[in-house]
Amino acid sequence: MSALQLTAVVLWLGLTAYAVFGGADFGAGFWDLAAGGSERGGVPRALIADSIGPVWEANHTWLIFDLVILWTAFPPAFAAIMSTLFIPLTLAALGIVLRGAAFAFRPMATGLRERRAAGAVFALSSLVTPFFLGAAGGAIASGRVPVGNAAGDPWTSWLNPTSFVVGLLAMATCAYLAAVFLVADARRRSQPDLVAYFFRRATLAAIVAGALAVAGIAVLRVDAPILADELRRRGWPLILASALLGTAALFLLRRQTPQGTRVLAVGAVVAVIWGWGVAQYPDILPGSLSLADAAAPTGSLEALLIVFIVAALVIAPSLGLLYSLDQRSRLVSHGLGSDSVDAPAPSHD
Amino acid sequence: MVYDVAPELLAARSQMAFTLGFHIILACLGVGLPTMVLIANAIGLRRRDPAALLLAHRWSTVMAVTFAVGAVTGTVLSFELGLLWPVLMGRFGGAFGLPFAIEGLFFFLEAIFIAIYIYGWNRLSPRAHLLSGIPVALAGIGGTFSVVAANAWMNQPAGFVLGADGRVAAVTPLEVLFNRATVYEVPHMLLAAYMVTGFLLASVYAVGLLRGHADRYVRLGFLIPFCLAAAAAPLQVAVGDVAVRGVIADQPAKFAAMELITAGGPNQPETLGGILVDGKVVGAIQIPNLASILAGFSPDTSITGLNSIPIDEQPPTAIVHLAWNAMVGIGTALVLLGVWGLFLRWRRRDYGSARWFLRAAAISGFGAVIALESGWIVTEVGRQPWVVFGILRTADAVTHAPGVQATFIAVVCLYTVLGIATLIALRALERRWARADADAGGRALADTTDDTIPYGPRGDPGNRHGSGEPGDPPP
Ligand code: HDD
Ligand code: HEM
Ligand code: HEM
Repeated sequence: MSALQLTAVVLWLGLTAYAVFGGADFGAGFWDLAAGGSERGGVPRALIADSIGPVWEANHTWLIFDLVILWTAFPPAFAAIMSTLFIPLTLAALGIVLRGAAFAFRPMATGLRERRAAGAVFALSSLVTPFFLGAAGGAIASGRVPVGNAAGDPWTSWLNPTSFVVGLLAMATCAYLAAVFLVADARRRSQPDLVAYFFRRATLAAIVAGALAVAGIAVLRVDAPILADELRRRGWPLILASALLGTAALFLLRRQTPQGTRVLAVGAVVAVIWGWGVAQYPDILPGSLSLADAAAPTGSLEALLIVFIVAALVIAPSLGLLYSLDQRSRLVSHGLGSDSVDAPAPSHD
Repeated sequence: MVYDVAPELLAARSQMAFTLGFHIILACLGVGLPTMVLIANAIGLRRRDPAALLLAHRWSTVMAVTFAVGAVTGTVLSFELGLLWPVLMGRFGGAFGLPFAIEGLFFFLEAIFIAIYIYGWNRLSPRAHLLSGIPVALAGIGGTFSVVAANAWMNQPAGFVLGADGRVAAVTPLEVLFNRATVYEVPHMLLAAYMVTGFLLASVYAVGLLRGHADRYVRLGFLIPFCLAAAAAPLQVAVGDVAVRGVIADQPAKFAAMELITAGGPNQPETLGGILVDGKVVGAIQIPNLASILAGFSPDTSITGLNSIPIDEQPPTAIVHLAWNAMVGIGTALVLLGVWGLFLRWRRRDYGSARWFLRAAAISGFGAVIALESGWIVTEVGRQPWVVFGILRTADAVTHAPGVQATFIAVVCLYTVLGIATLIALRALERRWARADADAGGRALADTTDDTIPYGPRGDPGNRHGSGEPGDPPP
C-alpha cells in the first residue's frame, strides 16, 4: 500500500472512531435530554453523566485528529469542505464548545437554575451537533462540494435531501450507540431497572436508524446517483453486512440479551461508514477531486504516518493505563460510601 | 497605514485574533500549572509539609478546569483554520499543517496524564503519583513547541518547494519545524507561559497576604509561583533580545512599525508611546540614537524605515508600536519586581508585611497577561499584510463564504459567556475551599471537591453528586 492509501485508511479509521466513540458521547446527551424532568430523569441522568465522565475529552480528540489529517494530507479537499460548508461546520463547532463547556461546568454549578441551564445546553448541543456533521457528510457524499474557495452553494450544499437524511441518520445512530453502551454500563453497575430502560430505548433507536438507512438508500438513488451506483457496484457487501448486523442486534435487543449487542451494533455502524468510503474511493470529493490529486507531497504524508506510529506507541499504553486505573478504582471503592478525596496523602481506600 | 479592508476580512481577522487571544491564556495555564503543581507536590513530600500538598491538590483542581476550557477553545481554533483561512490551508496545509499533528499527540498525552494525576491523589503511592505528573508538564512543553513552530513558520516560511501551479511540491518536515523564527519564538512563549501562570497565582496569594492571612499555606502559595516567574523574567528579556535581532534581520517592515521608523538610516531614536500622523511621530518621548544602539551597539547602525517598504507591504503601525512598548515596559517592570523581592530578602525584611511590594505583586498577573497579548499582537499584526510572510497575503487567504461577520458576533458572545462561566466556576471552588478551611478551624487538609472536576476517573459511581439535575435521588 502506498503512503497515500495508508493515509487515506488512517483518515477513515479516525472517522470511524469518531463516529463510534464521539457518536456514543453525543447520543448520551440525547438520552439526557429525553430523560424528562428532574424527578423522573434523575436516575438515568446520573448513569449517563457517569459513563461519559472519565474519558469524554478523549472521544472528541478523534475529530481534531481527522481535521489535522485532512488539512495536512489532503489540503485542497479540506479547503473546499471548510469553505463551502462554512455554515453547518461553524454551527457544529459552536455546538462542540457549548457541549464541552456545559458538561465541564454542570457538576460545578451550585445553584439549581445554573445547573438546569447547563444541563439543557449540554443536551441540546448534543442533539444538534451530530445533525450538522451528518449534513456536511451528506453534502460531500452527494458531490455538492466542488474544489475551490467556497465554490459550492452555501445553503443548498447542505440543505438537500441527502444531507437531511444523513443528518437524521447521524442523530439516530448516536442515540442507538449510546443506548447500547448504556445498557452495558447499567449492567456493570447492577442496576436492572436501568438495563431494561435502556434496552427499550436502544430497540427504538435501532428501528428508527434502520428505517432511516433504508430511506437513505432510496434518497441517494434519486439525489446522488453516482454514489448510489458505486454503492451498488462495490459497496454492497458492506451495506449488506450492516443490514445483517443491525438486524441481529435488534433481535438480541428485543430479547433483552446483552451479550454481543455492543459488538453487533458497532459493527453495523462501522460497516456503513466503510461502505461509504469504498463507494467513493478513489475520490475524496466524489466527482471532483481524487485522493491522488488532493494529496500533499510524499514528505508530508510520510511525516504524518511517522507521527501516527509514534502516537500509537506512546498513547495506546497511556490510555491503557488510564482505563485500567479507572476500572480498578470502580472495583476498589464501590460501595464504600465515601467520595471525598482528601488529605493529599496516600490511602488506598 | 490605513487600508481599505473588506468587512469580511476584517471580521475574519478579528475572530481569529479574539479566539486565539482567549485560548492563549488557558494554554499558558495548561503549560505552567503542571510545573507549579509538581513543585508544590515535591516540596510537600520532601519536607512532609501538608500545606504544600494542599496547594498542589488545589492547584491541580484549577488545572482540570482550565484544561477543559482550553481544550474546547482549542477545538474551535482547529475549525477556524479551515473555516476562515481555506486558502492558507489549501495551499500550505502540507507544510504548515504538520506541526499541528505533533501538537495533537502531545495534547492527547497531556489529557491522559492529567486524568491519571488527578485520579492518583489518594490512590497511587506518593512517588508514583508525583511521577505521573511529570508527563503532564513535559507534554505541555512539547505541545507549545509544535504550535509555536507553526506560527514561527508563518513568520519565516521554510522547508518546502513551490510548484509551478503555486501548490507545495515538496516538503522537508524538519526544516518546517526548525525554521529561523522557531529558535526564539518557542523559548519566548514557554517563558511567557511560566510568567503568566506564576504571576497570576502569586497575585491571588498576594491579595491573601494583604488581607492578613499569613499562614504557611498562603506564604508558600505566594512564594513558589512568584520565585519561578521572577526567575523567568530576566531570561525572557534575554530571549526577547534574540527575537528582536531576528525580526530586524528577517522582517524589517515589522521592526520599522514596532519602532515607528519612518525614514531609514543611522541614528534612529528610541520612540516611547506616540503614533504616526501623516508620517510624523506625534505624542512620543524620543531618546536619540537609542534604537540604533540597541539594534547594533552603535549609533551608526542603519535601520530600514517604512519609506523603503512599498505601501501595500506595510503593517499597521499604531497598534504594533504601542503593543511593543507595552510588552517591553511590562517585561522590564516584572524583572524589577523580582529584584525588589530579592532586595527584601537581602535586607531580611519580611515580604509578607511589605505592603507596597505585595500590592505590586497583586497586579503582576494582570500585567503578565497584557504583555503576553501585546507580544502576540506585535507578532501577528506586525506580519500583515502577509499571512505567510512574503508569500501569501491575508486578503488572499480568507474564505469567500458569506456570514463571517455574523459568526464573529456569535463567537464574541459565546466566549464572553464562557469566560464568565470559567471565572464563576473558579470562584465557586475558592469559596468551597474557604468553607472547608473555616469548618476545619484552620486549613482543611481534606478537600471534597474531586467529585466535581471535569477530568479523571471517578471514584465510586454510586456516590457522585451533581451529575444530573438537583434532586437526583441517589441511584
Ligand atoms: C509574559 C510575556 C512577555 C514578556 C514579559 C515579553 N514578551 Fe516578547 N512576546 C511574548 C511575550 C512576552 C509573546 C509570547 O506574546 C510573543 C508573541 C510571539 C512569541 O513568540 O512570543 C512575544 C513576541 C516578541 C517579539 C516578536 C517576535 C516575532 O515577531 O517573531 C519580540 C521582538 C519580543 N517579544 C521581544 C521582547 C522583549 C525585548 C522583551 C523584554 C522586555 C519581551 N519581549 C518581554
Ligand atoms: C501559535 C499559534 C498561532 C497561529 C498558528 C496563528 C495563526 C494566525 C492566522 C492564520 C491568522 C490570520 C491571518 C493573518 O491575519 O495573518 C492570525 C491572525 C492573528 N493572530 Fe495569530 N496565530 C497564533 C497565535 C496567536 C496568539 C496566541 C494570538 C494572541 C493574541 C494571536 C493574535 C492574532 C492577531 C491579533 C491576528 C490578526 C492580525 C491582523 O489581521 O491584523 N495569534 N493568526
Ligand atoms: C501559542 C499558541 C498555543 C499554545 C501555547 C497552545 C497550547 C495549548 C495547550 C497547553 C492546550 C491544552 C489545553 C490547555 O491546557 O488549556 C491546548 C489545547 C488545544 N489547542 Fe492550543 N495552543 C496554542 C495555539 C493553538 C492553535 C493555533 C490551535 C489550532 C489551530 C490550537 C489547537 C488546540 C486544540 C485542538 C486543543 C485541544 C487538544 C485536546 O483536547 O487534546 N492551539 N493548546
